[in-house]
Amino acid sequence: MEMISTFLNGLSLGGVYAMIALGYTMVYGIAKMLNFAHGDIIMVGGYTILVFMNAAGNPILATALAVVFCVALGAAVERLAYKPLRGASPLAVLITAIGVSYLLQSLAQILFGSAAKMVSLPNLGAFPFAGIRVQGYTLLTLALSVAVMAALTAFIKFTKVGKAMLAVSEDRGAAQLMGINVNAIITLTFVIGSALAAIAGLCILMKAPSISSTFGSMPGIKAFTAAVIGGIGSIPGAMLGGILLGVVESFCNKVSAIAPYTDAIEFGILIVILLIRPTGFLGKKRREKV
Amino acid sequence: MKRPAKNFQWKHFANYIVISVLLIFFAVSSMTGNLRSSGQYLLEKIGYSMILAVSLSMLVGFLGELSLGHAGFMCVGAYIGGKTAALLVPALGNGLPAFLIAMAAGGISAAVCGVIVGLPALRLKGDYLAIVTLAFGEIVRSLFLNSSPESFGGSLGLTTPRYDRNSLFIIAFVVVLLTLAAIQNLLRSRHGRAITAIRDSEIAARATGINVTRYKLMVFAMSAFFAGIAGVLYSYANQTVQSSKFGFNYSIEILVMVVLGGMGSINGSLIAAALITYLNVKLTKVLTGDLAVLQNLVYAVILIVIVIYGNAPFLAPLREKLDLGALLRRLTRRNADPAYRRDDEKSWARVPTKIKMDELLSIDTRPEDNRAVRLNGDKPGKGD
Repeated sequence: MEMISTFLNGLSLGGVYAMIALGYTMVYGIAKMLNFAHGDIIMVGGYTILVFMNAAGNPILATALAVVFCVALGAAVERLAYKPLRGASPLAVLITAIGVSYLLQSLAQILFGSAAKMVSLPNLGAFPFAGIRVQGYTLLTLALSVAVMAALTAFIKFTKVGKAMLAVSEDRGAAQLMGINVNAIITLTFVIGSALAAIAGLCILMKAPSISSTFGSMPGIKAFTAAVIGGIGSIPGAMLGGILLGVVESFCNKVSAIAPYTDAIEFGILIVILLIRPTGFLGKKRREKV
Repeated sequence: MKRPAKNFQWKHFANYIVISVLLIFFAVSSMTGNLRSSGQYLLEKIGYSMILAVSLSMLVGFLGELSLGHAGFMCVGAYIGGKTAALLVPALGNGLPAFLIAMAAGGISAAVCGVIVGLPALRLKGDYLAIVTLAFGEIVRSLFLNSSPESFGGSLGLTTPRYDRNSLFIIAFVVVLLTLAAIQNLLRSRHGRAITAIRDSEIAARATGINVTRYKLMVFAMSAFFAGIAGVLYSYANQTVQSSKFGFNYSIEILVMVVLGGMGSINGSLIAAALITYLNVKLTKVLTGDLAVLQNLVYAVILIVIVIYGNAPFLAPLREKLDLGALLRRLTRRNADPAYRRDDEKSWARVPTKIKMDELLSIDTRPEDNRAVRLNGDKPGKGD
């Protein structure tokens, strides 16, 4: 019974990681860059929820506004910081992304102070399920992540814009020749990633309702790890990696002897997988050309 | 074979001379009692920050691999070196021998970690490698944080011996000079050229017979070694080692020094390390409480602006206009002397070695057009 509840917790945590990892992996696949500031978009989403919960008290409205705000922010960051560097060395883009992450964190600290703040989200209670009690937020997180992943998969598979995204990730130059507006697709990728980050922010807050400026860092790094394990650039890979990492984390935290080393174990898995399969589970191997 | 004497250039020794003069100045003012212990502490900090920045600069600016776990190497050095010192001081006394052995222990253990992190670097590159270094930094921190109180102090941190403040900053700067000598000489040798060749094109470097594996591991090990040494200096300067200090943010701070100083510039890294460390200490006094974050905000903005200015393709004309190096050359008329062109990468680019046929064919050569034929890489401007 204990096992089932640990597994369910792991699945829901994995769902959160998967949602964040999708943002990383899509941006990597389409813009060929690591968006290090992605974790901080989660933090911005969390603070937006905090502000609107205090102002209006309606969690659905607050989440919707957080999604809108994060989308605007993600698009603005892409236009202002990343677009000027299109065509520059990957190292330059990566360092800029780190700068953006640093900038968002310090801005949040200036606006909201360095002390952690509590967010009062409604308690969803617990439900009996197969002889165990499952927390409401676990179920809601699971439902949200499954819905989001299904919607995203459908969007990419069945809409014209989604296919355009796939085309850009395959070959940017060829996509442009086919009349796809590459800049618009890249911005759209950031928009989708940021919206998912805001929803992930809500899920994390439901579980642990305290937020500070480094709120998004650890989930961000973990989700990035998940994206790399699954094969960065691959959408099913991000989902797989996220869920795998969430379940591993949940089980590691249950065993008191190894619980302090959970982070070390997760990063260790990353290093081992990268050594065995440098492109992750589902990543495509790219042949380097001169 | 002995090198011809004309290879000697004063500018290659400028940084040693400047640092030595400053060191003598501060040592004298310390002996005459004009340097307070806060000033000595600041100098120690500047010393180990310089070592960190130079060692990361070698990895990022010259080998071209981004490391986000430099603080992790420093952490290994600080803990292992600090522990060695704590064990040795009862036996050897709190003197230079114990310090030197601690430094060797810290440096070597960090170098071993450098090789371990460097191994994935042989299969991964760029973004993947950056995340491995980040993961390594977090793993190291978590291992030391969860160590038993008897071994490395666990969450309470490790207490390390107190060293004579009057000589600690001098030792720190001597180590800076030694680090500089080791790294600079390496980078100016054929090995250094091999390393920059790998940065510019790994495939081309391989094709010319450069042993990429060996050089990558070597640079990772060396860079980690010096970061470990910096860690030992840190543990001596602070008398306590807390694993929380060596997080991701500290790695970024070191990276900011390297980027601010200019990638691929050792002197730039030195200056930026001194400047940022100085500002950190001074600003923490002025900006208290939540205002202290303003400092991070400024770093973030500087980082973004510098990288975009230095790399954005659409800013290339502006960069060329504001190129200080070119301006200096024009002022000193060095450009006219072909002897100076040899070492100068930028003027090399201006020597027309390749002529693009399509560019030549597209030039309008009507007599009323008084523009001369403009070759590839030539600088557009008045009067040519």
